[in-house]
Amino acid sequence: MRHLLSAADLDHATAVHILDTSAEMAKTQSREIKKLPTLRGRTVVNLFFEDSTRTRISFEAAAKRLSADVINFSAKGSSVSKGESLKDTALTLHAMGADAVVVRHQASGAPHRLANAGWLSAAVLNAGDGTHQHPTQALLDAFTVRRHLRGTAAEPDGVGDDLAGLRVAIVGDVLHSRVARSNVDLLTTLGARVTLVAPPTLVPVGVERWPCEVSYHLDEVVDGGPDAIMMLRVQRERMGGGGGATSFFPSPLEYTRQYGLDARRLARLPEHAIVMHPGPMNRGLEISADAADSPRAVIVEQVANGVAVRMAVLYLLLAGEREDEA
Amino acid sequence: MTAAQAPGSREVLGPPEIGRALIRIAHEILERAHGADDLVLLGIPTRGLPLAQRLAATIGEVEGVDPEPLVGALDVTMYRDDLRRHPTRTIGATSLPDRGIDDRVVVLVDDVLFSGRTIRAAMDALTDLGRPSAVQLAVLVDRGHRELPIRADYVGKNLPTSRGEKVAVRLVETDGVDSVRIEAQ
Repeated sequence: MRHLLSAADLDHATAVHILDTSAEMAKTQSREIKKLPTLRGRTVVNLFFEDSTRTRISFEAAAKRLSADVINFSAKGSSVSKGESLKDTALTLHAMGADAVVVRHQASGAPHRLANAGWLSAAVLNAGDGTHQHPTQALLDAFTVRRHLRGTAAEPDGVGDDLAGLRVAIVGDVLHSRVARSNVDLLTTLGARVTLVAPPTLVPVGVERWPCEVSYHLDEVVDGGPDAIMMLRVQRERMGGGGGATSFFPSPLEYTRQYGLDARRLARLPEHAIVMHPGPMNRGLEISADAADSPRAVIVEQVANGVAVRMAVLYLLLAGEREDEA
Repeated sequence: MTAAQAPGSREVLGPPEIGRALIRIAHEILERAHGADDLVLLGIPTRGLPLAQRLAATIGEVEGVDPEPLVGALDVTMYRDDLRRHPTRTIGATSLPDRGIDDRVVVLVDDVLFSGRTIRAAMDALTDLGRPSAVQLAVLVDRGHRELPIRADYVGKNLPTSRGEKVAVRLVETDGVDSVRIEAQ
């Protein structure tokens, strides 16, 4: 693995290997001393062109737990706001000796450009590009699902296993969601069956070519007994000006009635089913407080698993000799 | 088994020799520690772990205690100093006995002692996990060529080798057969 740009690039064996490595990383995070010396002397740059708190601090925590040096570069108040191009930013980071660049960008494909344009020798990790991909989120979701639904007494993290036969429903604003795209790719690779649930206005063009089913009716899917249900945030900031969200659905109240996870729908889910959300949540819109705070919600655990998964990815990209040096 | 025998390789320890060496080491460990009360045997994956389990089984038999809480695994991958010189290594499992390692005598167990770098990494890993009262080292084979000031407390067999040779340890648990061979490169 040279870069991590898309969940679709991961084959079954690589995906399971990343999850297994994450399980070992997760174990070290329950120790009193959480820091490992593994990436001492390596430099990780967080290059964020889009606002993000969770993903950035998660990557920052992961890199620091592995003893890498972390440089945070956010577009606001930086050379980018003075008009610097992506190329010049990349050349600057290269000159500063970055070993890995964690990039979030509002344009789909920006991480791919960074990785392949020859501006940088660093490993590039996609931390979310436009409405395209967010592979580490999919990995942490897969890790969380595997742990809860495949874990055994001997292997609480389900090490070595995949998600064959599990059914996962992904509900909400699929159109603007890189989380949904990445999850469809990765969960399907791992053998799960994914159903997307969204109002017709929030389903992307070309979805019929994705390896998943699509439904417009949350109640039907809930009664079908999914093993995990993942609620997506309604991304109002991407829904354009003026009416914002209401250009995609009549009113927030109607959205909640049709596509929100409330206590009633929660009670109808199978007993073992887990409730997930990539965060940040719009409580009262796509998920009610009852569902978000229920014991079946693993939303806070997803955050903890995010650090372990990002440690694993950094380890696998940075610890060994670089493929181009070999 | 025949497939594993490269031309020019010779067996230096067979199943009976390995068994006798481990029984002797188990007794030496017990003698030094005055019993099994504070002992923890940590095997370094891959082949240190079954060796630690066998030592614990013998100690359990002699002392009449349950061997299970005596054994753990200590993966040192993330503490190695040569990570950048190899393709990415797979991280193994670390598991400590429930009682932990604080104020106990930890015996690290590995199959071959060579440069000493693995043991250096293991000692760093131990520091992050707790504070043992003492750390000792048991190895099945000491082949020399140390690169660090490290010495084993318990040795199954001292095996003079040249740097070009390879010492191949095979164990029933991991390879289906007990043998130690020297293979010319």
